[in-house]
Amino acid sequence: MMALSKRMLEQEPSEIEMLLPWHAAGTLSARDARRVEEALARDPELAKQYAVIREEYAETIDLNESLGAPSARAMQKLFAAIDAEPAHAPQASFNVASRIGGFFASLSPRTLAWSASLAAVVLLLQAGVIGAVLMKNQSATYQTASLSTNEPVTRELSVAAPPRALVRFAPDARVTDITALLDRYHASIIDGARGGMFRLQFGGQAMSKEDVASLMSKLQAEKIIALAVAAP
Amino acid sequence: MQVLYGRHHVRVFRFGLRLVRDEQVAEDLISEVFLDVWRQAGKFEGRSAVSTWLLAITRFKALSALRRRKDVELEDEAANAIEDTSDDPEVSVQKKDTSAALRKCLTALSPDHREIVDLVYYHEKSVEEVAEIVGIPENTVKTRLFYARKKLADLLKAAGVERGWP
Repeated sequence: MMALSKRMLEQEPSEIEMLLPWHAAGTLSARDARRVEEALARDPELAKQYAVIREEYAETIDLNESLGAPSARAMQKLFAAIDAEPAHAPQASFNVASRIGGFFASLSPRTLAWSASLAAVVLLLQAGVIGAVLMKNQSATYQTASLSTNEPVTRELSVAAPPRALVRFAPDARVTDITALLDRYHASIIDGARGGMFRLQFGGQAMSKEDVASLMSKLQAEKIIALAVAAP
Repeated sequence: MQVLYGRHHVRVFRFGLRLVRDEQVAEDLISEVFLDVWRQAGKFEGRSAVSTWLLAITRFKALSALRRRKDVELEDEAANAIEDTSDDPEVSVQKKDTSAALRKCLTALSPDHREIVDLVYYHEKSVEEVAEIVGIPENTVKTRLFYARKKLADLLKAAGVERGWP
């Protein structure tokens, strides 16, 4: 009986002992971390156990890091599924603004600021593009009565359209950089951000295949562009 | 969504992979997790970190996927894992490679123990966050990790590795 009690006592971990793994990971509150530090300083057995825990901690990280990363298939599958989602899913139809707002509130301020600024730029540019195209096309072009979400609101009957590209900006691209790039290339955003890609249109005139290829290489070399591909 | 995916998909994948032990299933899992996030963004109330929310969804989906795989007996798998590869830890000990044996034994832990070890050490989740992800009281989180570590020590001992604890 005595032996059993002794064994049970031996097996029963103390509160401090149970907190050691979190101390190793640095996720304890300042108060608990101080308690653990003090206990470690006065108890060599605990310090020995802590050394073992640090070893486990390092190996667990190494083991997880060795697992690699998912293939691009997972991302393609996800964004294809998102694109296939109905515009107003039942779960998202009620009070969408506040729900999405709450979600984005959880993101870091930097990410949030970037996303909000980019959204504002997209709206302004789209408004600008629509206005400019409407004014320009008043006499010489045919204006459709239909509205497509993928295309600008007007279509020219003239020979060829200006080049377009699908572009994904680097996550750390700033709005000022994006605006400067659009100015430099005489480009405007005509659709976005489906699957994180923006559809850009360059200038007002058609280009040869070679010029388009050269434009794409130039774009791809831009620091703030993660991906640029020619698009219809 | 792209930013969210870019920031978290690798950790979500690794957490899922450690639970389901199948890369294909783990990849399917991350698509399902982020699609759920896309659909249910409004349900996120901002009381916890996004990563905690994502890991909780991943865990739920991984357990559902495991339940679907009825042909796999997880507990047996965990219990046999060290025997199945018994040569490896011995060889590791001979080579004084405690590190390799430790990794092998980390893999051989039961799913419950594996997940708590990963959440605390790799995903750096606090006691409160682990409790939220796993859905157990905070005291249970602490004792579960303690006994996971004891189990790990037992597995290492069986493989011939003594570390001086317990």
